Amino acid sequence: MNPEKLKMAEQFISAVPHCKTLNMKLTNIGDGTAEMSLPYDLRIVGDPETGVVHGGAVSSLMDTCCGAAAMSHPSSPAGTATIDLRIDYMRAATPGQTIVTRAECYHITRSVAFVRAVAMDDDVDRPVATATGAFTVEGK
Amino acid sequence: MARKRPEPVQIVKQRRDAALNGLVHGVPYVQFLGIEFDRRGDELTAVMPFDEKLIGNPMLPALHGGAIAGFLETTAVIGLAWSNLWEEIESGRFDTDELALGHLPRLPKTIDFSVDYLRSGLPRDSYARARVNRSGRRYASVHVEAWQDQRGKLFAQATGHFLMPASKDD
Repeated sequence: MNPEKLKMAEQFISAVPHCKTLNMKLTNIGDGTAEMSLPYDLRIVGDPETGVVHGGAVSSLMDTCCGAAAMSHPSSPAGTATIDLRIDYMRAATPGQTIVTRAECYHITRSVAFVRAVAMDDDVDRPVATATGAFTVEGK
Repeated sequence: MARKRPEPVQIVKQRRDAALNGLVHGVPYVQFLGIEFDRRGDELTAVMPFDEKLIGNPMLPALHGGAIAGFLETTAVIGLAWSNLWEEIESGRFDTDELALGHLPRLPKTIDFSVDYLRSGLPRDSYARARVNRSGRRYASVHVEAWQDQRGKLFAQATGHFLMPASKDD
């Protein structure tokens, strides 16, 4: 991991209001990979009876993390935007636990970055959700 | 035999609005995004007023893809729950007192949700409508369209599959 790159990417993400309000943190960035976390918060609960986090908040985390992975790829000159993102919800995240997601840009062309991601809570062997998406590759 | 006299319009509206309010205002994440629903008969339009915390690209500026996905998923889930509860609400069997106590009816669970981002979300209010394409006993498929200033110019659309809550007669 390159500490300079992580610092720059961290600054970039902390400047995004939506990520900041949700207290998302970038914990790792590589060449086409990224890892982010989303702490448990009562504001993002989707089912008040169980305290389970809403899928939308998981979407936000995975979208941001996939975007970061696309931008971190050595062949990506600058910014990116989501073209599409599909999320599969495997199980409810355990209330009270931080959700961590890892994204990987597994293929990139001049115009499109293909990214997949997995999200988990403390039980890392049973994913909470997976995502696959296509992102734009924007010129400098 | 004479047809049953229709109920007064205020009673009918009150019951529908109480049910809708309970569904929408009981979920913290829906409140966090600031989503409200407009109702005309059984037709719902979700409204997400612009807020700084929804921004995902401060340079453009544009709404965050995740906030858009959350908005669309909420529109789909509430739309599906609403169409499922409609008969109960209309017949008066739906218990609005339970809802007022914060006991929500069991909502459909998202199996998967796929969002197409057609253009960037401007820093404006967003609107969305859901269409239930198939609603079976166990599974449902819902399509959602979202727009901002012009109804015909969608900025996002989504399709999702949902697991229906077990019905009371099961």
